[in-house]
This record gives sequence, C-alpha cells and structure tokens, in this order.
Amino acid sequence: MLELRNICFQVPDEKSRNTREIGILKDVSFTLEDNKFVVITGPNGGGKSTLAKIIAGIEKPTSGQILWDGQDITDMSITDRAKLGISYAFQQPVRFKGVTVFDLIRLAAGKEISIAGACEYLSKVGLCAKDYIKREVNASLSGGEIKRIEIATIMARKTRVSVFDEPEAGIDLWSFQNLIQVFEEMHDQLHGSILIISHQERILNIADEILLIADGELKKKGSKDEILPQLLGTADAAGACNKVKIRE
Amino acid sequence: MDAIQRELLEAVSGLHEIPTGAYNIRADGASIERNSTANIEIIPKADTSGIEIHIKPGTRHESVHIPVIMSQSGLQEVVYNDFYVGDDADVTIIAGCGIHNGGDAASRHDGIHRFFIGKNAHVKYVEKHYGSGDGKGERIMNPVTEIHLGEDSFMEMDTAQIKGVDSTKRENKAHLEAGAKLVVMERLMTHGVQHAESYFDVQLDGEDSAANVVSRSVARDDSYQLFTSHIHGNNRCNGHTECDAIIMDNAKISAVPELSANHVDAALIHEAAIGKIAGEQIIKLMTLGLTEAEAEEQIVSGFLK
Repeated sequence: MLELRNICFQVPDEKSRNTREIGILKDVSFTLEDNKFVVITGPNGGGKSTLAKIIAGIEKPTSGQILWDGQDITDMSITDRAKLGISYAFQQPVRFKGVTVFDLIRLAAGKEISIAGACEYLSKVGLCAKDYIKREVNASLSGGEIKRIEIATIMARKTRVSVFDEPEAGIDLWSFQNLIQVFEEMHDQLHGSILIISHQERILNIADEILLIADGELKKKGSKDEILPQLLGTADAAGACNKVKIRE
Repeated sequence: MDAIQRELLEAVSGLHEIPTGAYNIRADGASIERNSTANIEIIPKADTSGIEIHIKPGTRHESVHIPVIMSQSGLQEVVYNDFYVGDDADVTIIAGCGIHNGGDAASRHDGIHRFFIGKNAHVKYVEKHYGSGDGKGERIMNPVTEIHLGEDSFMEMDTAQIKGVDSTKRENKAHLEAGAKLVVMERLMTHGVQHAESYFDVQLDGEDSAANVVSRSVARDDSYQLFTSHIHGNNRCNGHTECDAIIMDNAKISAVPELSANHVDAALIHEAAIGKIAGEQIIKLMTLGLTEAEAEEQIVSGFLK
C-alpha cells in the first residue's frame, strides 16, 4: 500500500526573479491500495506528471510524506524505491546510444533472462520481437516504438506498484486495444497496483478509481462510475475543438 | 607461453590457444609461432623486423591472426607488417597488441601496418589494444595504419582500445580508388592520466569511392583525447566522419573534424559531439533498480560496445 500525505511541491517563480514560489502540487493526499487500478486525469499543467515523479523519487516534495506499507520513504533514493517495488514509465522515454532493447529489458527484469523471454514482453506490446530485440534504444526508434518498449520494461519489472505517465501518447489507434489488454493482464497477474496518468476515456473506463488533479489540487476522487459521468459531462473534459464549438 | 602471456593473448585476440588458419604470434620481441596456409603465406621481412602477409587472389572466408604480446618490462620495438590482399579475396585479419608491464621501465610497441588491397577484395580488420600490470612503467602503443584500397574493394576496420594503454598516438591513412569503400569504427576509453591521439587522413581519389569514419570514445579521470579526422574528396565521392564522445570527471577531449572537397561532386559530412552522460539516462536506469554508479557503467559499456 502506497500512501501520499499532504504532498506539496513548490518551485521558484522565475517571473518574480525567484522571490515567490509557485505551487505545482498543493496538499495532495491519497492512498493507492494493493491490487487497485487507478487513473489520474486532469488538464495539462495540473501537476499530474510531477506527482508521478514524486512517487518514483525523481522529485522530492517540498513538504508531505510518502509511506510504503506504513514505512516513510519520502527521503528514499530512486534506486531504493525501485528495489522496494515501484516502477515508473517515462512520459518521454529516454534514448541511449549503444544500449539495446534486450539490454534494457534484461536490466528491468533484474536478472539474466533469455532472448525468448525478453521477446515475449515485446510481442505483448505489439512489437515484432525479432526486429527489435537487438536494436539500440536510440534516435532511430519512432515515438510510438520507444513508448511501447518503455511499457515492456515495466512489464518485465513485475513490481507491486507500476506508474505510467500517459502511456497512450504516440500509440496508434490500431494498437490501443492491445495496450488496454496489457494493463488488464498486468493487473490480473501481478496482484499489484497500477497508477496511470491518462486523458483517454478508454483507459479511464477500466479504472477501479479515478483521481482528478487540476491546478495542483486533488479535485475529485471516486469510483469510475461516480467520476466518469461528471468528467464527460463538463467542458473541462471536452477536447479543444469541442470547446470552440460550445463557444460558437 | 606463460599465464600472463595467455591472458594478454585472450584480451587482444579472443584466443585461448593457438588459432587455426594462418597466424603469427609475436611475444616479447620475437615471433614464437607462425603458420601459413595454402592461400595465405606469412614470411618474415629480410631487412627489418616484421612480416609480410600474402593472401592469394580469390581466397574466401579465411582468417589471419597476428597478435603481439609483451610481458617483459622495458621492451621497445617497431614492427613493420605488410598485407598484400589479392583481387576478389574475402578475409578477416585480426591484429592487436597487449602489453603487461609490471616493472618501472616504459614498454612500447609501434606497429606499422600497410594494406595493399586488390580489386573487388573484401577485408575485415579487427585491432584491439590492451594494457595491464601495476608497474610504474608506461605502456605505450603508436600504431600506424596505411591503407591502399583497389577498385571496388571494401575494408571494414574495427579498432578498440578500452583499457590500460598509457599513451597512444594512432595514425591512419587511406587512399581509395574508384568504387572502393572504407568503414572505420574506433572505440576508445581513457582513464587515469592517459593520453590518446588519433589521426585519420582519408583520400577519396577514385570515382564513387566512399568512406565512413566513426569514433566513439569515453574519457574519464584526468585523461586527454584528441581525435582528428580529415577526409579529402578528390572525385565524385561520399565521405562521412563522426566523433561522439562522453566526457567525465576532469578529462579533456578535442575533436577536430576536417573536410576538403577538391571536386564539385564530392559529398562530405562531418559530425562531432562531446558531452557528459545525460542525467535522464542515469535516472531511467535508477528507476530500474541500478545505483548511480551501476547506471553510469552500463551507459559507458553500451556506448563503447
């Protein structure tokens, strides 16, 4: 069980020459129960990605606590959190010259695995494994390809908590259904919890719980059945084009 | 061969024992084992130290190993090796030098290699340099490689110096005739107070000749690296040179790519990039459970692979 208590994250305001601070996250608290599928949604710039980075240990909160089964891990390093059982899929996956897809999956698995074993993860994210396994995770991969490889590394980790930051970005519609299956399968098999940041209705649709974060605050929290109708019914949830239509 | 010599042999040539095919093993200043085959003849030079390797035209899928190992501290030598590769041959040549210096005097091996590659021949040349031993004596290697590529021939040069060489100055020159192609991949890592310089001078003389010279290097601690690559386009040709370096600690790196186009249809490109390891690369590997030091090691070894 992962618990966030009163998380605040502030950065200096460059416009005021750093004399003031801007609150990116303001007093956010929630509990990620074991074996739950939770989706965080909300407008861009609302603090969702920062929250994911705070869970992974990449950013340290200005104040507040993070608890893992009751143990305070607020000051724990990225590495130790990873070892404890937290995985984090980057919104913009990192590229490496020379490091192959197989290297990355092997490192993610944390043990020696066979090529066939690594290929299985790639096939699940819709990549033809033999074409990719020896490729470098470099600039030659497209945005969609590297995004799927990122998801495969998280599958290989098999941890209790997996955090995905907008995994659907760059994934074509044709593969989208596969992606949903991947998350459902992870959820069924790992008995761990999955936290996904997403704007996609189809991902929101498979959530046990939905959190709405806007302006750095946790605005709404509840089951899919409670939250989804509210989101879809508001102008906030409508796409930009639709908003234009509403104004017209 | 003793244990140290066997270890050096393995480090530079991947060999545990005497190889099959043609070979010449040079240890501590003298040839200790030599074997010619029906198609590949190795003969010692009469007037100076070194060997001539004659590969018959049309020789297919054969290899030549010519490792040099030095375990005696203070030994200094210059060796001249000439390779004559016949037309239409397709061979792999594995050279390399390992120096173990447990003493206080500098050990030095300067290998001067000349390649005369016939028409339509295909050569893969692998060269590894390695140093070991905890003596104060320096381990020095100054290889010179001169390549003459005949019409429509191809040479791939894979050169690596990953560990233990204190000082190196590598000079590489190539002349390419019509339709010839040269591909060079240099991998270099320096640490401590090591000093490494490499020079490439490639003359694209023939019509439709092409060269791709790529260097990937990592400089750690207080080491210094200089990479100079000059491609001359003297005809209709394609040339590309790239230096990609990771800098760490207090190291210094200079990259000097240079292009000279002496023909209107010469298409030449150079790229050079030097930078430290990107912070997000380390963070990504840390989220997979690696420590910062392990992440760095993984990034460097992947980069130099």
